[in-house]
Amino acid sequence: MIGSPFVLKEHNTVRFTMIKVMAALIPGTLAYAWFFGPGIWISLIWCGLLGIAFEAVALLMRDRPMQPALTDGSVLLTAWLLALSVPTLAPWWLYLAGMFFAVIVAKHFYGGLGQNLFNPAMVGYAALIISFPVYMTQWVGPTNLANYVPNLSDAFDLVFIGGSITPDAYTSATILDGVKTAVRGGHTVADALGLPIHGLIAGKGFELVAVMYLFGGLFLISNRLITWHIPVALLAAIGLTAGGLQLVDPAHHAGPLFHLMAGGSMLGAFFIATDPVTACTTPRGKLIFAGLAGFLTVIIRTFGGFPDGVAFSILILNSAAPFIDAFSQPRVFGHPRGGRADK
Amino acid sequence: MSGKVYPIPGGLHPAEYKDISNDRPILVAPLSERYVVPLRQHIGEPARLLVKPGYSVLKGQLIGAPEGRISAAVHAPTSGRVIAVEPRPVAHPSGLPDQCVVIEADGQDTAVEMQPIAWRDLIPCELHQRLANMGLAGQGGAVFPSHVKLAPSPIPIETLILNGAECEPWITCDDRLMRERATEILQGAEIMRHALGASRILVGIEDNKPEAAQAMQAACDQLKLGNAEVTVVPTRYPSGGAKQLTQLLTGLETPSGKISTDIGIQVFNVGTAYALYRAVELGEPMLSRIVTITGHVAQPVNIEARLGTPIEELIRLAGGELPEASGHLIGGPMMGFELNDTAAPVVKAVNCVITKNLALFPHHPPAMPCIRCGQCALVCPASLQPFEMYWHAKSKNFDKARAYALLDCIECGCCSHVCPSHIPLVDFYRFAKSEIIAADRASQASEIARQRHEFQLLRQEREKREKAERLGKKATERLDSGAVAADDPEAARKKAILEGAIERARQAKEAARPQNTENLTPEQQQQVDEIEARRTAPPQDTETQA
Repeated sequence: MIGSPFVLKEHNTVRFTMIKVMAALIPGTLAYAWFFGPGIWISLIWCGLLGIAFEAVALLMRDRPMQPALTDGSVLLTAWLLALSVPTLAPWWLYLAGMFFAVIVAKHFYGGLGQNLFNPAMVGYAALIISFPVYMTQWVGPTNLANYVPNLSDAFDLVFIGGSITPDAYTSATILDGVKTAVRGGHTVADALGLPIHGLIAGKGFELVAVMYLFGGLFLISNRLITWHIPVALLAAIGLTAGGLQLVDPAHHAGPLFHLMAGGSMLGAFFIATDPVTACTTPRGKLIFAGLAGFLTVIIRTFGGFPDGVAFSILILNSAAPFIDAFSQPRVFGHPRGGRADK
Repeated sequence: MSGKVYPIPGGLHPAEYKDISNDRPILVAPLSERYVVPLRQHIGEPARLLVKPGYSVLKGQLIGAPEGRISAAVHAPTSGRVIAVEPRPVAHPSGLPDQCVVIEADGQDTAVEMQPIAWRDLIPCELHQRLANMGLAGQGGAVFPSHVKLAPSPIPIETLILNGAECEPWITCDDRLMRERATEILQGAEIMRHALGASRILVGIEDNKPEAAQAMQAACDQLKLGNAEVTVVPTRYPSGGAKQLTQLLTGLETPSGKISTDIGIQVFNVGTAYALYRAVELGEPMLSRIVTITGHVAQPVNIEARLGTPIEELIRLAGGELPEASGHLIGGPMMGFELNDTAAPVVKAVNCVITKNLALFPHHPPAMPCIRCGQCALVCPASLQPFEMYWHAKSKNFDKARAYALLDCIECGCCSHVCPSHIPLVDFYRFAKSEIIAADRASQASEIARQRHEFQLLRQEREKREKAERLGKKATERLDSGAVAADDPEAARKKAILEGAIERARQAKEAARPQNTENLTPEQQQQVDEIEARRTAPPQDTETQA
């Protein structure tokens, strides 16, 4: 027999939560399609199908009920986040490998929904960028700069058949890559930001997609799906770290605004670092978790081997989240200050 | 009119459904043909039965006397004849029947002589004694015997809080009582204040009951209670928890493991104050209470029902169940429990009966895995991390659950209410708490046994050593006697002291012998010998020794 309470909050399910998070991704995704062509729809649908297939296979092999896990929306959210993190128009098997790592390795090897230590989409992304760095840096350029814009059927061919067109015709490095290459090559940040791909703040197209992610994130906060702690701390840490580096050496470090709007900063701050399963859960823990992730993001971007550091910094902090939680427990009602729950 | 309100953590605002039952005046239930009065209506020991089948009783006659320190008296709700004393279905979460006195009413409703208590002339200690047999028990939910809470306390009580928050959805009995009988409630509160020696009365009422707050304020003004203050608090469940209301009204946080009394505050429900008023000013023990009959019934209403009235009669008075009712709840939907049998009687704890249907109370969807979303932590009024406690309770890692302060959980149900995975969190906590408490008891018992066993070993060791010393000494004495005394006066003096001590010890041992074993019959002597043999037999096994 189930005891009290006998009433539950209405319209409050895991599925509805996932749907709302996906809804918050819509503005950013639409902006992405607007600036970078319809290829994103292909990767989105393909990743979604792969996600459901891998989830079903995993559930079958683990002898778990299909319906609740397949319909909870979590695997679709993972697929959506991976599709936004991987360049569009990459070959079909790249997404397949990414989704395999995300769903099978990161999620089901650890026990499925709620049990995973690492964010599945970021595990998929990390596996791909380590294994296939070339494909992972060939981003489709903004449509208004490209001399060739693939339409939907071209995009389908490019992904599933492999076209005769060389990727150089429609892809380019991101602005993060551009800045890194320029600085490594002995140029200044200003040189890199003079490139046509730069746009206003941090890359043509990408910067406006980032603004849309920000709007989606504010929707998540206003709907109480996430709290302010993680995005604010993560973005503040990115800004402060980048600002500090710029103060030391303005010629070789881009400023806070650039780092906030470039790469995966906004997507990471609102949609990935906030993944409740893998993030810290206490208020202080969230601030520490996200602050360190933001700091590491800029450090990896600046001194590391990969163009973006969001995924790696979040994965590193995922591994530390249980530890941080244990040492940041809030004071329980009626307990003395300075007490610790987990001793 | 409203005093300062302090912030408290957590809480939520579930749909209220209060307006369907709070717009009609309190209905006084007509006399029933039969009353079923359980002897256990309160926390603590059940009352000791004073009647037998066949006895005639009068209204207000004591039929169960308080037993032990924490217990409350039970009285006959009307005049009539005791027709049975037997286990009957009662309103209890366990669903198990309990011992009840069944009284057939004679319709006369003849009462025993009721003597008002001249409380102003009594010192708190005397007043406390006079209240012991009045059967008062807290009407807010915990049903703690009220006279115990009114006993003079080693910690001076500064503030008396009257709890009129009534934060659970659906329930409106306190609302109606405050609207209609505010003067009596506050007179009761004034008696409480006198008994406790408190200097002020704070009344806390949620802001969804403006009429009740106004009535209480008007009564304060009318009674010229300068030391009483009515404070309207925000409607936010569980504001009516004793620790929550204490913090809302005073800003003071009751320390973990303590009660508000420990910080000089005593909290009573408004219904209890009303019952106390009747007990003192009219001399009437607690015979009735207000019950909200609501939910899927024709005419939801508050009823003043005598204790012992079968709940099904009250549902009939509220117009009866509507078609497709799906069961009943006692109390509110957040902390109440399922009622198995509507034949169960109204008791001191029954503040509300909700008739369910599937539209208002749908089945809980199947539970999904916890995604650590933290919604539960946001609403927890104890600032706990419910998902961590769930994790450890589920894996039966009770030490960890306890480290996350599981025992500070007040089981308010906020976490379960907001859980998007529909995990019955509170059920897990109840389970883990009972396991922890049982383990604590077992470890206490084994600790006592261990100490006893160790002491026994120590004693046996000591006795053996002393015996050996005695024998050794005797042997040396025989060897040394005579020779020593002649040439060494110091040694002779020591020896004399030693002998004196041995002689005293021997006499003491003689004196300690059992005194009543001189004139035993042979059978008795044999029994004694057998017991003695068993007792001195070497321990077989530490477990059985324990």
